[in-house]
Amino acid sequence: MKKFRLLMQYLHGSGRTYIFAIISVLLMTVFSALSPLIIKFTVDSVIGDNPVDLPFGFDRLIEQIGGIESIRSNLWVIFVVIVAITVLQGTFMFLKGKLSAVAAQTSSKRMRDRLYNHLMRLPFDYHVKAQTGDIIQRCTSDIETVQNFVERQSVDAIQIIFQVIIVLSIMIPISLKYTLISIVLIPIVFVITVRFFINMMKIFIQTDEAEGVMSAALQENLTGVRVVKAFGAQKFEIEKFDEKNDKYRKLNLKIVKLMADFWGGTDLICMLQHALVLIVGTYWATQDIISIGTIIAFSIYAGMMVWPLRGLGQMMGFMGQAFVSLGRISEILDSQPEDYHKGLKDIPIQGEIVFDDVYFEYEKGKPVLDGISFRIEKGSTVAILGATGSGKSSLVHLLFRLYDYQKGHITIDGVELSDISREWIRKNIGIVLQEPFLFSRSIYENIRIGDDVKDEEKVYEAARIASIHDSIEEFESGYKTIVGERGVTLSGGQRQRIAIARTVAKDVPILIFDDSLSAVDTETDSQIRQALKERSKDTTTIIISHRITTLAEADKILVIDKGKIAEEGSHEELISRNGIYKRIWEIQSSLGEDIA
Amino acid sequence: MHFEEQEYSKRFDLETFKRLLVFAKPYKKEIIVLIIQMVLLALVDAVFPKLNQYAIDLFAVNHSLDGFWIYCLIALGLVVFQAANVRLMILNAGKVENSIPYDIRKAAFNKLQELSIAYCDRTPVGWIMARLTSDVKRLGVTLSWHLVDFFWSIFLIVIMTVMMLITHVGYALLVLSVVPFLVIISMIFQKIILHNFRKARRLNSQITAGFNEGITGAKTIKSLSIEGHMLNEFKDLTSEMKNFTVKAATISSIYTPIILFLGSIATGLVLWKSGAQIGENAISYGTIVVFSSYAVQFFEPVKQFARVFTELQYTQASAERVVTLLDTENDIVDSPEVTERFGQMFDSNREEWPKFVGDIEFRNVTFRYKEGGNILENFNLKIKAGETIALVGETGSGKTTIVNLACRFYEPTEGSILIDGLDYRERPLLWVYSNIGYVLQEPHLFSGTVKENIAYGRQNATMEDIIEAAKIVNAHDFIMNLEKGYDTEVGERGSRLSTGQKQLISFARAILSDPGMFVLDEATSSVDTETEHLIQDALHKALAGRTSFIIAHRLSTIRSADRILVIDKGRIIEEGNHKQLIRKKGYYYRLYTNQLIEEQGKMAFEA
Repeated sequence: MKKFRLLMQYLHGSGRTYIFAIISVLLMTVFSALSPLIIKFTVDSVIGDNPVDLPFGFDRLIEQIGGIESIRSNLWVIFVVIVAITVLQGTFMFLKGKLSAVAAQTSSKRMRDRLYNHLMRLPFDYHVKAQTGDIIQRCTSDIETVQNFVERQSVDAIQIIFQVIIVLSIMIPISLKYTLISIVLIPIVFVITVRFFINMMKIFIQTDEAEGVMSAALQENLTGVRVVKAFGAQKFEIEKFDEKNDKYRKLNLKIVKLMADFWGGTDLICMLQHALVLIVGTYWATQDIISIGTIIAFSIYAGMMVWPLRGLGQMMGFMGQAFVSLGRISEILDSQPEDYHKGLKDIPIQGEIVFDDVYFEYEKGKPVLDGISFRIEKGSTVAILGATGSGKSSLVHLLFRLYDYQKGHITIDGVELSDISREWIRKNIGIVLQEPFLFSRSIYENIRIGDDVKDEEKVYEAARIASIHDSIEEFESGYKTIVGERGVTLSGGQRQRIAIARTVAKDVPILIFDDSLSAVDTETDSQIRQALKERSKDTTTIIISHRITTLAEADKILVIDKGKIAEEGSHEELISRNGIYKRIWEIQSSLGEDIA
Repeated sequence: MHFEEQEYSKRFDLETFKRLLVFAKPYKKEIIVLIIQMVLLALVDAVFPKLNQYAIDLFAVNHSLDGFWIYCLIALGLVVFQAANVRLMILNAGKVENSIPYDIRKAAFNKLQELSIAYCDRTPVGWIMARLTSDVKRLGVTLSWHLVDFFWSIFLIVIMTVMMLITHVGYALLVLSVVPFLVIISMIFQKIILHNFRKARRLNSQITAGFNEGITGAKTIKSLSIEGHMLNEFKDLTSEMKNFTVKAATISSIYTPIILFLGSIATGLVLWKSGAQIGENAISYGTIVVFSSYAVQFFEPVKQFARVFTELQYTQASAERVVTLLDTENDIVDSPEVTERFGQMFDSNREEWPKFVGDIEFRNVTFRYKEGGNILENFNLKIKAGETIALVGETGSGKTTIVNLACRFYEPTEGSILIDGLDYRERPLLWVYSNIGYVLQEPHLFSGTVKENIAYGRQNATMEDIIEAAKIVNAHDFIMNLEKGYDTEVGERGSRLSTGQKQLISFARAILSDPGMFVLDEATSSVDTETEHLIQDALHKALAGRTSFIIAHRLSTIRSADRILVIDKGRIIEEGNHKQLIRKKGYYYRLYTNQLIEEQGKMAFEA
């Protein structure tokens, strides 16, 4: 029942289109079931001289238009009726195809958008822990599985069931005995088919896995080509790949064998059913129990049940898959997104930041920040120094509201951080991450990204500040150069500088560099900081770095160790104390003499 | 070479197909039998309506049972025969479908092992993967199922036409009059349908890429607060997909109704004309039945034929790409003289191999890649056996090229490289390769166990050898701490191990194969201090007594090298040991001090 609810949720908004698609299916099926009746009528009553025995009041209709005689003298009527019925059948068939596509595609589009939106809104923590490949599979192939089910399988299944009902209701009044003969073998085929495909799922999955293993071996070989060559291991690799290649082939051949038995076997039963209809019908016709037209009609009707019901069996074998996929999709949608809009917005942000006894832990009992307090004046530059795992990145995460602190207070211009909406905070704080991610589009688009930067000149200015403008101009296509997978390969420093430009272009009161200046050399680092200062004196800047030259120029330096502030003060103040900072400074500044 | 995906080929190139027929050759028997089976299948399919005709005309109309039981036996016999034939046909086609891709994959993989590093460097891995997966699969399907559909549809069309003409020329012409329309419409629609299908696949992969970007870039998207912007862009993509697929579905939904309409015209005409003639005994009941079935039955083979015809164009494109791969000229091979003396590349006669001492000389070496200018020009360098050379310089300076040439991953464009006094082109490739110990900055492990990875360069190594190698490089302890020790699976490309662990294993692997020459492309990525010490120690053991090239980043490594070469634009601009170069106060001095500042900053906390 939960599954059904999921399906309804999927179809939500396209329900009406889907229902019209179903209605089209029903009408189409009605008309397709009429054609054999016309043939029977023509053969038995028009050409032959049996009395008219059409169901659904058609016999009376014929009386009214002048009886069988008038049809005999106007034979074109039969032609017109046959073509007209087919046109109607075709029209509804078209509507069915079109409407079910509209319903399924609209639902899928909505579901894709919803998934994408949801993923964007999920908390940072989710993305840190998530398995990218698995999520992508849920968003793509699982959606496709459900879409196929909605667009084709479910509609076809309804069509088949309805077709069987209509056909049976035409056949039974004509001859119950003959009807039973015409369907006697069908249940066997149906059950065999359902069971066969349920069992096949296992071997299908095995084969997919074998293919995956084979592809992985190929990929490893190609990416590790230097290792393969350097160890002269080609022959070994060939044998290894052949083993996987062969395993994949053997599994496929196993499927082929099973399939051959299945299709051969069920074909036999289905064709026997046909033969049975023909043989018994003919025998009864010689005894005058049924008419010739009935044999013809029943032969066609049997065909309208035998093969589709085998198809239905196949669909039912696969149906479980669609529901498994639905479940996997809803698992993503069920995870709680972060509240993006709740809280204050549109309040002016100047850039004064105060941490007051802040406590934070990812896992219970393992504090990452353990009572941190400090103050950052508006417009000042603060540098943070700390070892890996000291908590400096967590500090930035908190400020950005990627995580929420458990104890203490963080205020911006006196307003408690957790009262301000995430949206507003992130619009007012710019952060350059340690490992920048560039989007696969032009450099220009990468810097301009978002809707905030409208002015073209802003983009160039940001690039100049990030010391990347000249390098970009040197590229063949300049700012139009595409980066990312399908574009040029940029060096780490270039990527980092584009990321800096992108953040700078946002023109925000608070800027954070999360160890992001270390990928550029010392000189460029200093140039960038200089340019930033020149642009705006009011920007509050937080820089995480190991570079003493960078640290020394900050207004204030925070040394963080094991979740606590170990030292705090200006460069001069800190070197007058005997602490970590002084030790590092001494090592680095004495280098000149030491190495010579 | 260009890697743009050409979707389908406009012209039909017989040469390409002939090249592929080589792969079909081992299955000549199966394919011929398959064709015969299709003739029989089509024949029986066409005969079934005739069975109806006989049943009605001979027995039902005449109220006679003369020969009825024989008739039944024949009908049942045909049914059993047809089902048996279907089963054998599937077995046969399935065998061809899966065996040909297996063969091509095997041949292509062998080819790839022979091809030079240069080829692998300029060919994206994804391109090769696609050739050996989807393209090869398509070839298999074409040489089996498309072939089946093709022959079945042609035979069925021909046989049905003949049957109709034999049964009644007049009605045959009536039914056949709609066939040209059927064929033209099917050709047009099948082409559109298949092209739309391919385009939908392309759009779909764009959506996948969109999801991928959204997920891997989630952190950045949050940091820039551009969720709304990204969503809008994504929505454009999904809207395009939706509009296109709905349009495509609309077009393909018209196809079957049109075909049914044509069929109904034929059926209607038969009924109309026959009604008038049956009284005159010009046509029997059975004949009406036959013709009304044929009018409907014609649709399927025509549709199949049109489909296969369109599919062939795509297969042609796949075939061209696969042939490109298989026909790639190998630019680094053993010379005929070498082959004559030492045997084929992978079966080189190791007993004949000379000992590898390790003197290496670059003599007037000029090198350029296929495209672009010279990377090295008249480069000269002499290295004594056992010497450790550190290469220092910026990205693109040519240090990797020097190592690639020394390893014979590439060969000089001009000039020569001598190993132990002889141009290495006069030695077997495998001899050079087998004497290289190679450790990459991103250590490349293969899926499999730790044991298998260490033994990679020496398959016949005993467990004792493996443990000894691991102990030398300080890997033994952490390996024993793994869940299953040496039998622990390392995961795809070693994903279950840390970078430091992977490096230690790759050192063990290099040591076990006991190479005469050692190459290290050193990592810039930092590992924790303790592992760092282990790696340094392993490194020294690996280098001992071997000619070594190190593309160096760590100061301690650089400092301990016998000779440091500072490379800039393909030239050695500074050369000497650490002390000499520091005194020079040149490029090396600057580089060294900068580097030291970085390293000290990080290490101060851990001191």
